[in-house]
Amino acid sequence: MSAVSRGTAEPLTPAALEIDCEQVTGEIVDALRRIVSRELRRQGAVVALSGGIDSSVTAALCVRAFGPTRSLALLMPEADSDERTLSLSRAVAGALGMEAVHEDITPILQAAGCYRKRDDAVRELIPELGEGWRWKIALPSVVGSDSYRLFTLVAQAPDGRTVEVRLPAKNYLAVVAATNFKQRVRKMIEYYHADRLNYAVAGTPNRLEYDQGFFVKGGDGAADVKPIAHLYKTQVYRLAEYLELPEAVLRLQPTTDTYSLAQSQEEFYFSLPLEKLDLCLYAHNHGLPAESVAGAVGLSVEDVGRIFRDIEQKRRATRYLHLPALLVEPVTEVPVTEQLSADS
Amino acid sequence: MLGEEFRGLPGSASLIEAGIIDSTGVLELVGFLEETYGVEIADSELVPENLDSIDNILRFMAVKRNSGPT
Repeated sequence: MSAVSRGTAEPLTPAALEIDCEQVTGEIVDALRRIVSRELRRQGAVVALSGGIDSSVTAALCVRAFGPTRSLALLMPEADSDERTLSLSRAVAGALGMEAVHEDITPILQAAGCYRKRDDAVRELIPELGEGWRWKIALPSVVGSDSYRLFTLVAQAPDGRTVEVRLPAKNYLAVVAATNFKQRVRKMIEYYHADRLNYAVAGTPNRLEYDQGFFVKGGDGAADVKPIAHLYKTQVYRLAEYLELPEAVLRLQPTTDTYSLAQSQEEFYFSLPLEKLDLCLYAHNHGLPAESVAGAVGLSVEDVGRIFRDIEQKRRATRYLHLPALLVEPVTEVPVTEQLSADS
Repeated sequence: MLGEEFRGLPGSASLIEAGIIDSTGVLELVGFLEETYGVEIADSELVPENLDSIDNILRFMAVKRNSGPT
């Protein structure tokens, strides 16, 4: 990775995110073996595949660390999943030689009331929404304005007509709470398989997701180890190429694969193309001024400043997602994570 | 919305920067103002100058209520 001195206005380029893929892969594989076998005392890893780049790279790293016979792929689509999710996940598991278990989680979600509770909250705003409609929630771009960005419900009728409504807090929270069943049910199944095999659960967030709190607490945020949480999205793509993942996975645009109307991660959460946000986050993390990154991302200095503020705002807003259950008084007899790491 | 720990907060303090409200909090604030004062807040009005401090909210609501039904 190229060195960038702190606080200078020297222009940043995408080269700052270049990595030595062989070296990085070796470091992660070594760390996975140490963490899973020595610290967690588990014998392999479970990875939930979504067909996306992050879970595919995580699975490939687990296979390198533990071998294909001690790495289990879980394929857990549901009623709203993209039709490509299952075939892409199968292709990845097949390319890596992993055993893949397919569990359609739709019946569990139906039993939990996920779809009904979510649709009830949406129909309060668009009563005509019914069979054949598709919808999503979206966030305006952070670029070009200091306006607060509130979520909008975007629904498409069977005849193609589009309806957009600002989401009141109550409905927004109800929709998110109901859809979070999806990530939490998947995690429950991951731990079922991890428990029966004495494996660890490998989480799949990249650095943008981890840093900016783009995960469900107790859902995709829960894991025993997160092998790529320190890697920018651009770097995950480089690793995917190096690890020779299927071409179709490399070309796929990141989506949430959560709502019936196609929804990019950009419009749901990040508000900026991920390769631009990568560079902005890198610059902000290295104390570089907005001037140094504006050219590389093709934005004004003012817009980069907005992005820096948005990064900080998301960190504040999602701090609670990272926190473990907090104790009223410390229980010193139980070692905390830092002590475990220091012992290893 | 504001707890005991925020008593004494200057009217000019940024509610976002002080960590008092986050993006969901803005959503709740807009809903509260619309319901309580019977006004409709347009997307173009969702700016810090109108909503990011107690002073700004009071000023904004005074203007909205004087401008009649929207």
